[in-house]
Amino acid sequence: MLPLERTTSRRRFLGYVLGGTTLVAAADLVVASPASAAGVPTPPQVAEVYDLNDFITDAARPTANLVTVEVREDGTAHFALPRSENGQGIVTSTAMLIAEELDLPLDRVEVTLAPARPELLFNQLTGGSTTTTSTYTPVRVAAAVARMALLEAAAIVLGDTVELLKSKDGVITAPDGSSVTYAEVAARAAGGGTRAVEVELKDRSEFRMIGTARNRTDAREAVTGRKQYVTDLDVKGALPTMVCRAPTLNGTPVRLRNRRQVLRMDGVTHVAKVATGIAVRARTFGQCIDAIRAMDVEWADGPVAGQSDGDIVEELKALDPDLPPLPTNPLAEVVEEEFLFYFRSNSPMDTNAAIADVREDSAEIWNACKVPITAQETIAAELGLTPDKVVFHVVQGGGSFGRRLFFDAALEAARISKAMGKPVKLMWHRADDARAGRTHPMSTSRVRAVVAGGQVLAFQQGHTSVETDYRHGLGEILSATAADLPAGLGNMGFAQSIFAMTQELPYDFGAVAQTLLETDERFNTGSMRNIYSPDVRTANELVVDKIARRLDLDPLEMRLRFCRSDRVRGVLERAAEVGDWGRSMPAGTAQGIAIHKEYKGASACVAEIDCRPATVGRDVPRAVTGPRVTRVTFVIDAGLVVNPRGLEAQMQGGINDGIAQALTSSLHLRDGHFLEASWDNYFYTRQWNTPPEVRVVVMPSDSGQPGGAGEAGVAATMAAVACAYARATGRVPTYFPINHRDPLAFKPKPVVPPVPQSPTNGLKLTY
Amino acid sequence: MPRQTFVLNGKPVTVDVADDVRVLWVLRDLLGVTGPKYGCGINVCKACTSHVNGRAFNPCSVRVGDLAAGDEVTTIEGLPGQAGLDGDDLHPMQQAWIDRDVAQCGYCQPGQIMAAVALVRKVRREGRSISEADLDTIRNICRCGTYTRIREAIVQGAARM
Repeated sequence: MLPLERTTSRRRFLGYVLGGTTLVAAADLVVASPASAAGVPTPPQVAEVYDLNDFITDAARPTANLVTVEVREDGTAHFALPRSENGQGIVTSTAMLIAEELDLPLDRVEVTLAPARPELLFNQLTGGSTTTTSTYTPVRVAAAVARMALLEAAAIVLGDTVELLKSKDGVITAPDGSSVTYAEVAARAAGGGTRAVEVELKDRSEFRMIGTARNRTDAREAVTGRKQYVTDLDVKGALPTMVCRAPTLNGTPVRLRNRRQVLRMDGVTHVAKVATGIAVRARTFGQCIDAIRAMDVEWADGPVAGQSDGDIVEELKALDPDLPPLPTNPLAEVVEEEFLFYFRSNSPMDTNAAIADVREDSAEIWNACKVPITAQETIAAELGLTPDKVVFHVVQGGGSFGRRLFFDAALEAARISKAMGKPVKLMWHRADDARAGRTHPMSTSRVRAVVAGGQVLAFQQGHTSVETDYRHGLGEILSATAADLPAGLGNMGFAQSIFAMTQELPYDFGAVAQTLLETDERFNTGSMRNIYSPDVRTANELVVDKIARRLDLDPLEMRLRFCRSDRVRGVLERAAEVGDWGRSMPAGTAQGIAIHKEYKGASACVAEIDCRPATVGRDVPRAVTGPRVTRVTFVIDAGLVVNPRGLEAQMQGGINDGIAQALTSSLHLRDGHFLEASWDNYFYTRQWNTPPEVRVVVMPSDSGQPGGAGEAGVAATMAAVACAYARATGRVPTYFPINHRDPLAFKPKPVVPPVPQSPTNGLKLTY
Repeated sequence: MPRQTFVLNGKPVTVDVADDVRVLWVLRDLLGVTGPKYGCGINVCKACTSHVNGRAFNPCSVRVGDLAAGDEVTTIEGLPGQAGLDGDDLHPMQQAWIDRDVAQCGYCQPGQIMAAVALVRKVRREGRSISEADLDTIRNICRCGTYTRIREAIVQGAARM
């Protein structure tokens, strides 16, 4: 390990050229993160002083200098990003950071995903929208060190001094006009052994790349079908594999009664019992489906056998926390509401999948995973190997939304490969993914506010939730083990910390108290995109609107009057302006407005909804229609923006998530399992639900710090849609999504067999 | 083992596999053509959308034995060729997708593009150009929520098709 030294100024950093035959540059980072707390009527909440981004960035800092940028002899730069890309655009934005400091065109920077690197400790977790916040400086320093090494080598070749040389687009030019390319000096720059180099990062005013709108670097691969996900990889001998799962959630297999019959089926090569079900390996996935459907399995019930939504609701309500006593004031009025949020699936398009090749003394795994170190260490322990014998490749994922904070498929594939003694390409059927995949837990939120004399004296929120699983820890096994202490105690500590570090109510509402209580470890849960915030903010903002009505204030006026953050005020005013807040609209339609503050940023959303019968009842076959959000204006202040086009994309996606969670998207627990077994059961936003008019505004910012993007679009949208719905219908919704208690819009698929057969009528449905 | 023959991206192919195996698995697991993605296996998510004889279809819901030897299956890999373009060229719809930077995770996008091309052709056969109402009928799911840019890209791509 290289010694840590202090930085010499705000933009001056030390780094290292690592000796070798190829130019490899590393950052050395110790940066103080100043915490600021201003005196405000509401004492600062934890998230205001130290939020989840700070926490994960600080946790990553000690190992930041193990992250290196390499310049090869063809003059291209290479960087293995120790993060997981699932569509959020970090490969592109990271390439932009390197191109900026190295003065290279973007297409000469290649960013790949690093395999599990245990030495990175906490620096290989992808979550909490923290990637750019935590890598912004280290990656640029490493790139700047590489550039300095190239300049030093060029100075010798060109016979000039480093200070007088200019680098641009991979070419270094001397004042006399002579020049060399990076390719020509890369080998020379690599020589000379390991040495410390001091560099100065570019000032914002010098940026030519950062802050410009760029397309994704993998756009061409994506539109030509060449981009590869786990199930597209061709690993020798890794045949298609699926698992027959229990009819109750997390039920376990006792025995397969017709093993010989299944083994004789066309294409089937192996069958094995594992902890989660009966695995089958075959020549094609279609033959795996046939085999699963033919299996006669004896099952042991799972832990929620016989239970339905209502049972879990009762359990949460029974646990409702006592909110602190209210300030006594005879003139005060109490505004109170209680909200319920049903289970939702993070359901990426690319179902849980992994390739595993487990041998006697080693293993190799391919998986889209945000915690590869935890995964590698857990799988090694499971297989009785040391972690260095398990190679864990991080593959790009087809969406995550929190799902890939876990490695359920990788662990299952490792177990199956070991049991069968063969490489396997495991893919969860969509029915498995919907029913047994991880979900956003059901929760209730009680909000109580005390209003007197035109002021809000107190605002309290008690959030009670089925446990959110944080057993992935901070991305390595030590904290994962801490989160797995008995009786949920370790996980509860994580949950409380995450809640405190993410929730911030940016209004002057006197005594603000937000508390979290979690219970019930029986479900497969996890941090779905934006974790607690969509539910918490929706409950908040509906009550804010209710208070506004008591105070006879317009919703915008109400928020502006009590707002205690300049950044929130900025996005709010802009959203109101661009979204034509207050414009006249027909009965049955309305606007809603909401804000959110998280991820070193602030957002505001104006949503317009149409709840008129002709719209609600519009007919789309096998679809949930209902109220239509017709227009969304979303304003985001994300601090320093690396790629505004990517940021806009993340907001557009978050908008559709917010709409889904407010209006259409949930899982129904009935008799021990979730009913939803596919799309057209689970109603994520579709083209007939998406707003025809969407406008995202990225606020200019003089902040030197990038904020988070991936999750920042969800909370304000969900809340704004809920507020718009309440104003359009005159009824404040008390559960979400609003259609959850409607008659089911689909016929539930059987649980035995657990996967549906593929249809055969496709040639009749062409268009 | 039955021999299955059809035309894939302009070239005849023959595979030894049972009649009832769905075309999606023949393409992906046996022929290594992975542009069409699995998202549900029951023809609801539309991630595998490809073309058969120029019309959109979902290979997850067609038995390979139901394809005739002359049936032309086109996957995203063969889309430029279907339009008479060279291997490395892009179909105007693919170019529109790039211009609008539509893809996020990208998983559903081959199916989205194949569906978009078929939809544009369909409304043209009906003597119309693409409308908001047509865009509302697209069933392909994008869990990243790229719908806004998909709509913009289809309008652009249609103008150049």
